[in-house]
This record gives sequence, C-alpha cells and structure tokens, in this order.
Amino acid sequence: MNLTLKIWRQKGPQDKGKMVEYKVTEISEHMSFLEMMDVLNEQLTNKGDDPVAFDHDCREGICGMCSMYINGEAHGPDRGVTTCQLHMRMFKDGDTITIEPFRAKAFPVIKDLVIDRSSFERIQQAGGYISVNTSGNTQDANAIPIDKHAADTAMDAATCIGCGACVASCKNSSAMLFVGAKVSQYALLPQGQVEATDRVKNMVAQMDLEGFGNCTNTGACEVECPKGISLENIARMNREFFAASIKG
Amino acid sequence: MSGFLNSSIGRKYTMALSAFFLMIFILQHFAINILSVLSPDTFNETSHFMGTNALIQYALQPVLLFGVIYHFVMGFILEIKNRNARAISYVKNNGAANSTWMSRNMIWSGGFILIFLIIHFLDFWFPEINTKYIQGDMSGLLADGEGYRYYEELTHKFEPIWRVALYCLGFVFLSLHLLHGFSSAFQSVGANNKYTKGLKGFGKAYAILIPLGFIFIALFHHFNH
Repeated sequence: MNLTLKIWRQKGPQDKGKMVEYKVTEISEHMSFLEMMDVLNEQLTNKGDDPVAFDHDCREGICGMCSMYINGEAHGPDRGVTTCQLHMRMFKDGDTITIEPFRAKAFPVIKDLVIDRSSFERIQQAGGYISVNTSGNTQDANAIPIDKHAADTAMDAATCIGCGACVASCKNSSAMLFVGAKVSQYALLPQGQVEATDRVKNMVAQMDLEGFGNCTNTGACEVECPKGISLENIARMNREFFAASIKG
Repeated sequence: MSGFLNSSIGRKYTMALSAFFLMIFILQHFAINILSVLSPDTFNETSHFMGTNALIQYALQPVLLFGVIYHFVMGFILEIKNRNARAISYVKNNGAANSTWMSRNMIWSGGFILIFLIIHFLDFWFPEINTKYIQGDMSGLLADGEGYRYYEELTHKFEPIWRVALYCLGFVFLSLHLLHGFSSAFQSVGANNKYTKGLKGFGKAYAILIPLGFIFIALFHHFNH
C-alpha cells in the first residue's frame, strides 16, 4: 500500500506545532500501525530528518502507551484495540491518514505524538490503592469469600490500562471512565471497603484539580475504550461519590 | 456537602435532578394542554385552578423557575468548563463514529430551547403574571365576563403561522434534547443497571411523543380557529 500521512509535528511542549504531510510506500497490510510508523521513521532518518516521536512499549495492547488519534478516533477505526494492535488492513491503498496526539489540557504534548499522562498517575496516587501490610504475613486472598459476579465485574474494571482513549474521545476531555474503572475495581471487593469513602472523594477531587472536563454521557469513551470498560463504572462511581459525600 | 455541589459529579447530580423535575413538569404541562383539544371547558377550569392555587403559585412555581434557570445556567457553565478542558481541537474528529449527534450537541439544542422558552414566556407567562399580580385580576374571566379567558387566549396565540412554525421548531429541539437527556439524567445519578435498556426505550418514546403532542396541539388550534 502507498499512503499519505498527515501527522502532528511539535518540537516540544512550548512549540505551536503543525500538521505535516508525508508519503509512505510499500506498506504491507499485515503490518501493525506502529510498524508502519517505524517504516516512516526509517525513511525520515535515512533522509536526515527528525523521526516522528510516538509512545510505545509492549506492542501487545497492555501498556497503554501508544496514544494516537487516527482519522478522528482514539486508536483508529478498529474496535477493542490499542494503536499497536491496529493493523494496516483497516486501510486501503491510496488512503490519507490523519494522525494526532490525544488532545486534552490535562494531557500536554511533550513532542509530536507523545503526551504527558502523569495526571492519571496523580489520580491513582490520590486513592487508587488499598493499604495492605505486605511484610510477610499477608492473608491469602482466596481466604476471603467474594461473590463471583462481583469478582468478575471488578476484574473487568481492572482491565483498564490507563491509555487515555476515554479522555481523547470525549468531547469534554472527561476522565470519568478511567476514574470510574479505578474506583469500581476496589468498590466491588471487600478489600476495598475500608478506604472506600476517602478513595472516591480524593480521586474525584484530584480528577477535577487536573482540569479534566465533565462527563455528559455521550458514551464515546465506552465505544473507543480498547478494553471495553463499561459506562456502568461511571454510574457506580457517581453512586459511591454521592454516598461518600453524605457520610462526610 | 458544599464540596459535593462544587465537584464535577455533584454538578452532574444537580443537573440530572433539575432535569427530572423539568421532565415531570413537561408531562404535566402536556396533560393540561391536550385538554384544550379534548374539552375546552375542562382546560379552562384546570388552567384557572393551576393559575390561582396558592400551593402551585407560591411554592411550586418558584421551584420550577429555579429549576429552569439552574438547568440553563449550569449547562452553560459546564459547557465553558468542558471546552476549556481541550485547549487545541483535533484537526480531524469523527464524533459520529462513537456517539449520537444529540449527545454531542446538547448545548445547541438547549440554546434553541432557551430562545423558544423566552418567546413562550413573553407569549403566555408574562401576560399572565401581569394580569394576575400587577393588574390584580385573579378572576380568570374574559373582559366581557362571559366565561374563562384561558382557552380564548391560547387559540388566539396560535393564529399566526409564524408562531406555530416557531413553536414546532422549538419542540423539535426539545425532542432532540430529550433523546439524549432522558437516559443521560439516570446515568448521572448512578442508575445504570438491568432496567437501563428498557428505560432508554421509554425515554425515546417520551422524547418523541410528548413534543409531537405539543406540535399537534399547536397545529390543531391553528387550523381550527
């Protein structure tokens, strides 16, 4: 396949940035999207140009690093995949592909397609954990009976990889699907109950502090999430937050 | 509790609660208005009761006004905050791939409803307040004293075609707003469960049938008077 790429180029956080057009040739439909980007970067490097900076690590849909907004959608046109799992067979010979970084005030661009998602880490640090003594006398997790449905739902929520596609897809740049998933994975389990009140209040407070927008329930986040995190998690977080606020 | 009300989720809750109140009010408004088609006398009597009952006038009416103003003001505040959350827009954004037009354009449908509501208030609410509380005429009677004035006033308003067209357009926007807003309000208060699918279906029926009913009433009076 021969493709035209329109890619956001930005030298650094303070640079204004602009879209730059490139041509790539002889792209196999079996390549992943990131492999196609590798081909482009090889071409640019051979010409002495600055290669396009983009985040990637595991390249198997787990690390959540490959944050690209492709043809107007987070992680591209396929469903339930990250950018590294997106294959070039989703495109046709002669296509023009627009590639941008995930856009949100809370996700500032570092360079080209690389963004700073440390706002997510600060939200996690605000309450996305349970306090357990791990000095060697930790209780066996299987000793605590847990309802199967609750365990499965908590596991579903815990599959969130924090890639930020929810924020990128949301017209309001809301992080509520991410925070909802992180609240839910503990709220559904007995181990999470001890700190439940403070957790949801602190995580929501940090989310608001980071400058994410408000959720207006468009559902775009759920559709674009590579891990299929459900809107039920946002509803659960809303209930948890209301209950925590009543408790004081 | 002030922390709750100033939080993003707290604002979602209060937007949803005001929406619930307004949706119940719209249903009640429609139930009374359809009486003007079915039985003008009953419409007159009900309108007079609603317009003179102390509980409705001095307790529920202020709550309604507060609900309307709060829903609009908070809607605009949240829209500004949400726009600020993304400093640079996407060059290419395919919103239609993951969400409905209605859900992405609540601010526009809401804005048109606000314009419609201002016209509606100028047409009906302000003259009503003037007659009752400025001129002090609580009788609800026509100038000649022959029966109640409410039905006459209603049918008179729907004589010009431009006003009928404007009202129909206003109800189309109300329908578009409700097509997302109805189920969205339930999600905002944390109600997402096994009943959600059914509730969404009911919400769609509500969002289409109630505005359609209002359109029917406007057209009925225009073509029959």
